Amino acid sequence: MSAPLLETRNLMIRFGGVIAANDVSLKIEAGRNLAIIGPNGAGKTTFLNICTGWIKPKSGQVLFEGEDITPLPPRKIVRRGVARAFQIPQLFTEHTALENLLISAAAREGMRHPLRDLSRVPERAEMMHLLEMVNCADVAHRTVDELSEGQRKLIDIAVALALRPRLLLMDEPTSGVASSQKHKIMEILIRALAEARVTSVFVEHDMGIVGDYADEVAVWNAGNVQLRGTPTEILEHPDVIRDVIGEVA
Amino acid sequence: MSIHSDAGAMSRSPAEKETRMTAGTWLAIAGLVLLAAVPIFAPSLQLLVNLALAKGLAVLGVTVLLRAGQVSFGHALYFAVAAYAGAFLLAAWPGADLFVVLLAGALGAAVSGLLVGLFVVRYRGIFFGMLNLAFSMIFWSILEKFYHVTGGADGIRLPRPSVLGMEMGRHDFELVLFWLTLALVGGLGWFTLRWLASPVGQLFRTVKTNETRLEYLGVSPRRALLSGYLLSAVLCGVGGAIMGVAQGVVTPEYAWWIRSGEMVFIAVLGGAGSVPGAFIGALIYEFVRVFASAFAGDVWQMLLGGFLLVIILFAPGGVVGLFERVTRRGAAKGEEAA
Amino acid sequence: MNLTIFLLALFDGIAYAALVFIVALGLTLIFGVMRILNVAHGSLYAIGAYATVALTGFFLSLGLAPALSFPLMLVAAILVGILLGGPIEWLLLRRIYDKPEVLQLLVTFAVFMILEDVQRLVWGTQPYFEARALQALGNVTVFGVTYTVYQLILLPAVALVLLLGLRFFLRRTILGKLITATTEDREAAQSIGIDADKVFLLTFIVGAALGGLGGALASPTTSILPGMGADMIVLSFAVVATAGLGQIEGAALTALMIGLGRSFAVYVWPEVAVLVPYLIMVLVLLVRPEGLFGSPAARKI
Repeated sequence: MSAPLLETRNLMIRFGGVIAANDVSLKIEAGRNLAIIGPNGAGKTTFLNICTGWIKPKSGQVLFEGEDITPLPPRKIVRRGVARAFQIPQLFTEHTALENLLISAAAREGMRHPLRDLSRVPERAEMMHLLEMVNCADVAHRTVDELSEGQRKLIDIAVALALRPRLLLMDEPTSGVASSQKHKIMEILIRALAEARVTSVFVEHDMGIVGDYADEVAVWNAGNVQLRGTPTEILEHPDVIRDVIGEVA
Repeated sequence: MSIHSDAGAMSRSPAEKETRMTAGTWLAIAGLVLLAAVPIFAPSLQLLVNLALAKGLAVLGVTVLLRAGQVSFGHALYFAVAAYAGAFLLAAWPGADLFVVLLAGALGAAVSGLLVGLFVVRYRGIFFGMLNLAFSMIFWSILEKFYHVTGGADGIRLPRPSVLGMEMGRHDFELVLFWLTLALVGGLGWFTLRWLASPVGQLFRTVKTNETRLEYLGVSPRRALLSGYLLSAVLCGVGGAIMGVAQGVVTPEYAWWIRSGEMVFIAVLGGAGSVPGAFIGALIYEFVRVFASAFAGDVWQMLLGGFLLVIILFAPGGVVGLFERVTRRGAAKGEEAA
Repeated sequence: MNLTIFLLALFDGIAYAALVFIVALGLTLIFGVMRILNVAHGSLYAIGAYATVALTGFFLSLGLAPALSFPLMLVAAILVGILLGGPIEWLLLRRIYDKPEVLQLLVTFAVFMILEDVQRLVWGTQPYFEARALQALGNVTVFGVTYTVYQLILLPAVALVLLLGLRFFLRRTILGKLITATTEDREAAQSIGIDADKVFLLTFIVGAALGGLGGALASPTTSILPGMGADMIVLSFAVVATAGLGQIEGAALTALMIGLGRSFAVYVWPEVAVLVPYLIMVLVLLVRPEGLFGSPAARKI
């Protein structure tokens, strides 16, 4: 059994009176899709923030592929193969959807094409393909701040994928997406992740999505993982039904 | 490569962009040709236009930073550093070549741009603007006070440099300088447009809209901002070196904060963030300033101030913005008619 | 450096710091509440000085006592605040609150340019000098060093009164709390019925009056020349940025640092004296990027 892709050891952090991460020790194997569920304020986003270096834990470590990345800033962690899609999409609001992806590709490729026009880089075809995958090819040339929230969420995911990460962290990937689209998009997304051998961790409130697309589920409560198991085990667990699903429904 | 400064242009499909781009390019070329004819058809305006274009290059430096959403209130620093670098060079080697003088200026601006830039790219907004101001005022104070090195308030004279090994008479030299300035305007303007459209330039631009995402793309926002900052310092420096040579003297006033403010003023007047706007704004500004001070000596500052207010309140996109509005309306009308 | 020189430098520094603080106070108040860095503040300072000289000259020529200069300074300051500050906010700034910061700054820069010429038109380019108020208060001798009461006692006293008064006003009075609320969140304040427009107008008038007061108080200590506004505004910026934008206590501390730094430099290494404010600004911001008392803006995702 190889080293886990992502591992946290005894993460602790508090904000004022709230313990947002309470001795979180977690291992995530490569190639899996882990869903994180839990009530609001349980510390799920904080966990993603700590794993990507946005905030530093009071104590504890984060290891990616065996390397201690705890002290690193987000950009160095991203360079090591981690990408993130946000609860509120983080996009370049004066650029078009396609340009956002091209910029992501440019960041990935570095200085390969110093004076070439961004719209003509070789990665363009690959980025259009990504846009098609998230059903946003028709708005490729529209500025992202004109788009709907669902479209922006999807483009945010595409921007993260454009980096060709080994680990993709998503914060509520389908929130804001039209319900008729959710399953279709997740289907395509999960398949693309599998093809590209990308491990994913996603915070999700939609239990249908969790049931259909997660390989594993971790239940978050009061700053720590309360339960972990397969979707079937978790979604039928009485505590989960009481604390998590009850709340969402 | 587009005359349009903002997202509007970028949201069209590539095919549409091609045709718009060509129109803008032709306009730019026409403009440059027109200006090239000035020494022939309006020689009395030659020096004025030369100085205006030099200022335009400096303004272009400010414009580049505006594309990242940052305003520097101290870019006169690079204007002065380059001009004084040229002056020191000519003092050490009288009759040095014009190209060497300009190169020395650009180099001085680049080095100081790097040193100051490494510091200021940690800041944003007002602090970024004010810190640049502080550095320019530090330099200004040094220029004013350390008389024995810098010539103090009187400054340093720049004797006429040679050109490609030849000593030139005044008339010929001024002609060469004029066309060289025009060539630099065309060349550096083109380069800046290409740079802003390139991957590095686009990453630089994202500092304006989402540094968080930039960080999460694995890019250091400071490094991205620094890349544009260096370009802006060099552009400003080349403008300063040209002005120093054209005027034959450089004074501490080259670094004075009002000069920095003037650059920002012109950038907005021309069209904030527009490359051609920097030069259009500079030409308009210099003409208005010279004629206003000639005909209304005591109140030219008031007139310029009033002019700036009118622009900001009624045409915040500057001259280029107005032009775009008009052409867009024309295009819309054309579509209606068709 | 012997004791005499040390004390002279100290007193110079305190007097200068007091003046700089009063001007910077107005600037930082305006920025704190309205988020606008008012470049025209320098002109308001200069016009406060010119107006004081004009008023004082007029009344003293009528044979009235020099002690009258002090209330006249207040009058000049209030006139600057209401007659200049009011229209500037009401006619110009009000239209640009939703515009980008750059444009707002440029509007105040344009006003500065206009007012610089207004000064020249109204008062000409010759220097004015009206020091009778200074002389009226006489001198005081401390540890063997003689200094004017005006500069050593009055100016710092006024500065202190303004500092404490403004702090009290903002924290304890209802109007002050309204202003603070509007500063923290303009929309929230409006939604609970605060007339943000009036708050902004009042703040700007008070800020402008403080700038004018600085000029009025400075007028007996120096000759009034065109360009004094330009000199003062850059210095005020340095104080405000070093202190932390909108930080009143910070402005006091910074003004003191800069005043003392500059005055000691004058005695020890004069060429550097002009540099000192900017060096201090750079050094402070190097260590504390938001200014001495500023708070870092946390980015939320």
